[in-house]
Formats: sequence, C-alpha cells, structure tokens
Amino acid sequence: MELFTNQVLAGIATGAIYACMALAVVMIYQAIDHLNFAQGEMAMFSTFVSWQLMQWGVPYWGAFLLTLIFSFLGGIAIERLLFKPLAKAPILTNVAGFIALYAIINSFAGLIWDFTIKQYPTPFGSSPFLGSQLISTHQAGMIGVTLLLLIALYFFFQFTRMGLAMRAAASVPESARLVGINTSWMIALGWGMAAAIGSIAGMLIAPVVFLEPNMMLGVLLYGFAAAVLGGLTSPLGAVVGGFLMGIFENLVGTYIPGVGNELKLPIALALIVTVLVIKPAGLFGRPIVKRV
Amino acid sequence: MTAVQEAVTEAPAVEAVPKRAMTLGTGSSLIMLALLIMAPLFVKNFIIFQLTMLLIYGLAVLALNILTGGSGQFSLGQSAFYAVGAYTSAILIEHAGMNYALTLPIAGVICFAFGFLFGQPALRLSGVYLALATFALATAMPQLLKLGYFEHWTGGVQGLVVTKPDAPFGLPISQDMWLYYFTLVITIAIYIFSVNLLKSRSGRAFMAIRDNEIAASAMGIDVALYKTLAFGVSAGITGVAGGLGAIAVQFVAPDGYTITLAISLFLGMVVGGVGWLPGSIVGSAFIIFVPNIAEGISKGLSGAVFGVLLFLVIFLVPHGARQVAMVAQHLFGKLKKR
Repeated sequence: MELFTNQVLAGIATGAIYACMALAVVMIYQAIDHLNFAQGEMAMFSTFVSWQLMQWGVPYWGAFLLTLIFSFLGGIAIERLLFKPLAKAPILTNVAGFIALYAIINSFAGLIWDFTIKQYPTPFGSSPFLGSQLISTHQAGMIGVTLLLLIALYFFFQFTRMGLAMRAAASVPESARLVGINTSWMIALGWGMAAAIGSIAGMLIAPVVFLEPNMMLGVLLYGFAAAVLGGLTSPLGAVVGGFLMGIFENLVGTYIPGVGNELKLPIALALIVTVLVIKPAGLFGRPIVKRV
Repeated sequence: MTAVQEAVTEAPAVEAVPKRAMTLGTGSSLIMLALLIMAPLFVKNFIIFQLTMLLIYGLAVLALNILTGGSGQFSLGQSAFYAVGAYTSAILIEHAGMNYALTLPIAGVICFAFGFLFGQPALRLSGVYLALATFALATAMPQLLKLGYFEHWTGGVQGLVVTKPDAPFGLPISQDMWLYYFTLVITIAIYIFSVNLLKSRSGRAFMAIRDNEIAASAMGIDVALYKTLAFGVSAGITGVAGGLGAIAVQFVAPDGYTITLAISLFLGMVVGGVGWLPGSIVGSAFIIFVPNIAEGISKGLSGAVFGVLLFLVIFLVPHGARQVAMVAQHLFGKLKKR
C-alpha cells in the first residue's frame, strides 16, 4: 500500500509538470487552432536562460521571475514576427513554421550552452517532505507551484476584464472584434502566457531530468498526450489530463513488469492514438461539428 | 470555439496543385535522366556514395509528397517508416542471409502494412491531430527499436552492421558505383509508378480528398479507403528507401532514425515544393548538402540553418522549387521570343 501511495504522489508531482505543458499547448491551440510543436523547446530555452542568470549570480527566485518576464516577451515576439503573418495560411505552412521554430531553438540552445548535461538547482531541497518518506520537498514544491499557478490563472480568466476579453477572442473572434476587443493582441497575449507557463514547467522539471537541449522532448509528448486526453479545447481538461498522465505513467512503470523508463515514449504514443481513436474530443472537450 | 464551425470559410489543409503541374515534361525528364546516368562516371567514390544517398532521400521525400501533395494528409513520422524499412532489410540480410535485392520488396510490403494499419486511426484524425500522432510515432520509434525483447534481432543500442554488396556478374565497377546504379533503377521505377499512380483513378481520388473531403465523399469516393491507401503507399515507398539506406550506409542504429530525420524529410518536401514530384530530388539535395556546409562552420548549426531556411521558404517562395522552376521557365520563354 505504501508503494502505491508513494507512486501516486510521485505521479501527481510529475503530472503537475505535464499539466503545465498541456495548459500551454491548449492556450495556443485555443488562440490559433494549431498545435505548437515548439512548446517544449521554448520551455527548454527559458530554463537555460534562468540557469545562465543563476550562473551570473542572480538568486533563484530573482532568476525565476526574470525568466518569466523574458519568456512572456519572447512568446509575444515570436507570435508577432513569425506566426501572425501565417494566420490565413494553410495548415501545412503552419506546421512547417512550428517545425522550423523547433529546429532553430533546439540548435541555438546547443550552440550557446552546448549539449553536455547540466545540474539544475532546486529551491525546495530534496529532503523528505514533512518528515514522511512518501514524497520529497522538491516534488511537494512542484505540486505547490503548479496549484498556485492554476488558481492564479483561474482568477485571471474568471474575474478580470483582460481574462474575459481573452476568452471572448478565443471562442467567438468575430463577435469579440465587434464589441471592440483587439483579438490580434489577445492572441499575442495568449502566446506570451503560454510561453511563461511552459517556462515554469521547464524550471520545475529541470532538477529531475537535468538540463540539456533535448530534455523537454519526453515532457512535451506527455503534455500533448495530456492535452489530447483532456480535450484540446478545454484548459481544465488539460490540467486534469496532466495529473492523470503523471499518475498513469508511474503506476504502469511500477506494476507492469518490463515497462520501465525505456518504454516511456511509446506509452505516450499508445495513449495519444488510443484517445484519438476512442474519444477524439477528449474527456472534457466538445466535439466539433462541421457545416457543409 | 463554437460547436459548429464554418467549414466553407476554412482554409484547406494543403493548397491544391493541378495534376499537370505535378511532373516534368518529357524533354526535361530525359535530360535529368541522362545527367543522373552520367554523373558517377566523373567523380570519386565518396561523391558517388553521396549521390546514392541523394536518390534514397529523394525517394523518401517523394513518398511524403504523395501523401501530402497528393492526398493532403500530414506526416511528421516518416522517420519511423524509414527505420522499419532499414531494420527489415538489415535483419533479413544479416540474420536470414537473404540477397539484398530481395529484402527491398519485403521491406516495402511490411512498411505498407504498418502504414496502412497506422493510417486506420488516422482516418478519424485530420490536420493537426494527424501531425500530432505521427510526431509521437517518430519520437517513440528509437525507444521501440532499443527494446530488450527485440535485442537479439535488432542489436539493441549498438545496432547492426550490414555487408556491402559487390557488383554482380563480375562487372568491373566499384561497389559504390554498382549501388548507385542499382538505386537509380529502383528510383526511376518508383518515380514512374508514382507519376502513374497520381494520374490514375486512385490518384484522382487522392486529389479530390485533398481539395474537399466532403465533396469527394459525395461523389462516391471511399474516403476512408483512399486515405489509408495513401498512407500505406507512402509508408511502403519510405520503407524501400529505408532498406536502400541501410545497404548504402552499411549500418543501422536506433539513434539514426530520430525526429530529426522526420524533420529533414518534411523540410525536403516543403523546399522541393509540395505536390511537385521532381522537386523531391531538389529537396533531398538540400537536406544532404546543407547540413554538411552548416556543420563545417559550427557543430550543431545545421538545425538552426534548416529552421531559418524553412521560414524563408514559407514566407518568400511558398511553392518551393516548383515556383523557382516556373519562374525560370517563364524567363527562358521570354528570352526565346526576342
């Protein structure tokens, strides 16, 4: 039983990261109807930036905050420069754009910081949490930060003018424009927030998977799986999907023999395909009906 | 998002390319063929090897072109089919002692089946979902190949070494040159097959689905069948290319078939021009020679160069090499008139 509780708690901790990634993916998907394949690389780059800041002597939380601002502005810049002109282009062109962005960021991170694996500090320490053997303080910190973020986002979207405007721009762009919302900038804002949320995921997972240019590939795939499981049209679904993925991954790894770390990615693949075949809209998403 | 989306105003997944614009004229085809036959007679063995790889990647890009340019579906997972083809050939040659030429059709058939089966769920998926599923496939493939269960056959992380075939019938040419001509014959056969496929009833069905799926089904096209068929054909050709690649490189290992390869092939298609079959060879030249130049300047630079060039192509010449060729032809026509 202790093993089970232990694994579930550890699953919730990694699930928190997947939830962040899925949320970032869903935010961009809602804004422009495209999946951001470069989301993981953007998060990885942000994490490297925070690492560099710490190398220059900035304390952890200072670097954390600066990186958030950097990612937010970076996300907006990417949208304005590269993806706004592609808004009316065919899907293929957009997919090509995301793939290009993926290759550029990955390659530049390798050029600037090279491909060696680096240690990344944690502000929470790694001793047992509250004296129990079930969970480490860093894992507890991961869960805590994610919950704080989710609550903040909930209040932002439910109770502020800006949040309402962003929701309106995502769900009914034409009507939103008619009531005077600048939908184009709302999309840019969505990109900025998605980049910032992604960078939080990157900075929290980096102490676990270590810092290197390819560190986010697996995390991104699980983020995608989580987003698909929860339904690409539902932010709440993305979060629930993220936690479910984390728990599922850990339990499968523990209880099914022969399934260890080597099968991490194939499991995500199998899940994505299964969900898309059985319930393409996901758990919380709305099915899309096309009018001819 | 509203529950009912306007399908009419939605941009199509891939821009329509007329059937006639998909291939080269007879004259240019013959010149191209003559060039490909003459080329290895004047260069060193290493360059012949690179030319062989050019044809092999050209085949893989051609396969993706049939899928995307022909039927309007995406795949970011071509590296997975390439890997399956390569491993099939390598295992049959090394473990079953089979003749290398015979392994290629088997690789093609296995990949066709794999692609057809993977295409089944793809029926339900369109656009971004299909890109996502194939992206996941490409990411997961190296881990699947490393699995302990198959290690006896695949050689695990170490991979397999493949022996290079000699020229048959005591022909007095080097191994590299023999392999080049062997690849060239297969490439031409597959190219002719692809051109005819796109001109046939099935090809017209692919294009109808690409341009408007609902209209296509209203005209009586079995959308499900033709979509999976396109996926299967594309995977099969990629598998043959993979098998040839394994023989040419003499080595297969899981880390040779990562998402980077899938990205390269996708880039090759976009650069060559989506839906323009001869562009495949242009795209393939691009993905072989550009990294060589970029890596010469700095290690790890090739990804950045790829990405930047991809953006330039999207923004400046969205139809890739086809557009360049058409502009050149236009200018040439003007000069003639004077």
